[in-house]
Amino acid sequence: MGDQHASTRAQPAAATLDELRDMARRLRREVLIMTTEAGSGHPSSSFSAVEIMTQLYFGGILRHRPQEPHWPDRDRFILSKGHAAPILYAVLAEAGYFPKAELRTLRRLGSPLEGHPNMRRLPGVEASTGSLGQGLSIGLGHALAARLDGRDYQVYVLLGDGEIEEGQVWEAAMTAAHQRVGNLVAIVDHNGYQQTAAVSQVTDPRTYGDKWAAFGWRVEEIDGHDLEAVRQALLAARDYDAGPCVIIAHTVKGKGLKLMEDDFTWHGRALPKDKLEQALEELG
Amino acid sequence: MNLGAAVGLKLGKATRDAFGEALRDIGRENPAVVVVDGDVSNSTRTEWFGKQYPDRFFNVGIAESNLVGVAAGLAACGKIPVAASFAAFLLCNAYDQIRMGVAFPRLNVKLVGSHAGISIGEDGPSQMAIEDVALACALPGVAVLVPADEHAARAATRAMIAHDGPTYLRVGRPNVPVIYDEGVSFEIGKAITVREGGDVTIIANGLMVAAALDAAARLAEQGIQARVVDMHTVKPLDEAAVAAAGRETGGIVVAEEHLHHGGLGSMVAMAVARLHPCRMGFVDLGDTYAESGAPDDLLRAYGLTAERIVEEATRIARGG
Repeated sequence: MGDQHASTRAQPAAATLDELRDMARRLRREVLIMTTEAGSGHPSSSFSAVEIMTQLYFGGILRHRPQEPHWPDRDRFILSKGHAAPILYAVLAEAGYFPKAELRTLRRLGSPLEGHPNMRRLPGVEASTGSLGQGLSIGLGHALAARLDGRDYQVYVLLGDGEIEEGQVWEAAMTAAHQRVGNLVAIVDHNGYQQTAAVSQVTDPRTYGDKWAAFGWRVEEIDGHDLEAVRQALLAARDYDAGPCVIIAHTVKGKGLKLMEDDFTWHGRALPKDKLEQALEELG
Repeated sequence: MNLGAAVGLKLGKATRDAFGEALRDIGRENPAVVVVDGDVSNSTRTEWFGKQYPDRFFNVGIAESNLVGVAAGLAACGKIPVAASFAAFLLCNAYDQIRMGVAFPRLNVKLVGSHAGISIGEDGPSQMAIEDVALACALPGVAVLVPADEHAARAATRAMIAHDGPTYLRVGRPNVPVIYDEGVSFEIGKAITVREGGDVTIIANGLMVAAALDAAARLAEQGIQARVVDMHTVKPLDEAAVAAAGRETGGIVVAEEHLHHGGLGSMVAMAVARLHPCRMGFVDLGDTYAESGAPDDLLRAYGLTAERIVEEATRIARGG
């Protein structure tokens, strides 16, 4: 059934660690500039996911073709925490899905770079998200389709830690484990904060690993800003075929900018224009 | 089911049975069709597909939100997923997932809600979808189908699969009267005139088409010739048929097994107001939940009857 499709995984070339660090720095700058120019957006929720996204797209993990966004054998990336759209847009532009100049149109009428990702308007966006809790089910659908079609692509879904308070996440977690989908990888961007409070004031994040394991997932906890740790975890998850994997990435909301790291109320707020220059200096 | 018995309509199969049979047959012809079930396949009849094609059948558990999300992912990969559950749970439990995962990205998911309306009977209001058509119609780009009998349900199932875009198909639990011959032509968005008449028009769908035919026969005895239109597609509405009814007959009675607000009556009224204002009457559930009871008793108790249609049609035909 699958013999006409790619049967051996030819992985894209990985950049060096220095190149990846440089890319991460560039992505943070892009996120900051585009959200500040837009006057709104979620830069701090994007910053916590920068190293994860950098490794996925530029570390040789994701198999994809920016010039052929609907290539059937592509690995899928689904941004379930859709409010982190700025980092997805920055990554897609760097990867060549669309011109970088479009990043300056974020959130403007007529721009395909909407406040939350719209799969019908922007190449490289696999799912329209923004209502939390839904991406893992959609990813599971992609993973099951791969099985039906005899394809060997992987499906990566990035979730927020606040987001996994949504019940649908656990519905999907139960089904994915039961179906033993070996090509589904969830990554929890565990940055510790949701919109109005620390996650620990709402639910207990110390038990995340136990919860996913109890649902039948292979669990790995890492420092989500350590590029090498992120890479090793993604490789291990990709190579694990017996069932779904979750990577709990311990991150810092607003990572890279002191004022955002210290103050969770930056969720959903862009940096004012008069602070941009100094912030870009800090990012380097 | 007594509806239509007075005019000699014979009881046929339930629309859910016809859907299940058609889906099983389509499964043989179209390998892209898959089913996502919320552990009610013996009720929705998708189990007949599942038994034939177990690889293409996914019971994702009693988890409608997940069900719709999984279907969306499958559709994004080129499959034609049939996401089926009780209409009440599918539309009401997973509405946000349908909105974000199916309607907004215009994915080719076939939503099928069974056990719609109060005619499910004894299981009571928690299981009765009486607002599903309103909810489905509120979603941009979603076609909404309410077939009247087993032959229309088979044809609607085929039309739904052939249609490129998100679709909601409403089917019912009880056996219902046969209106059509086998192989009836069913075109999405094209109403079927099942009886000609020039004095008043009854626009109905689902099992109320049988009641409408019964009502038309009684009206004829009073010298009122009623046109009966089966508006099996609520959205996109056949506005030409509505305008013609307004223009050519004295007024319109809408009959549906649904709440008063937001269903077929609302859709027809908006078209009437814009295209050809005329007198209207409405036979529906009103603004209330029902209760447990035998289906025929419930339909009578809540006014979903030929008698109520006759009352409304007579009022309109006499200029009331």
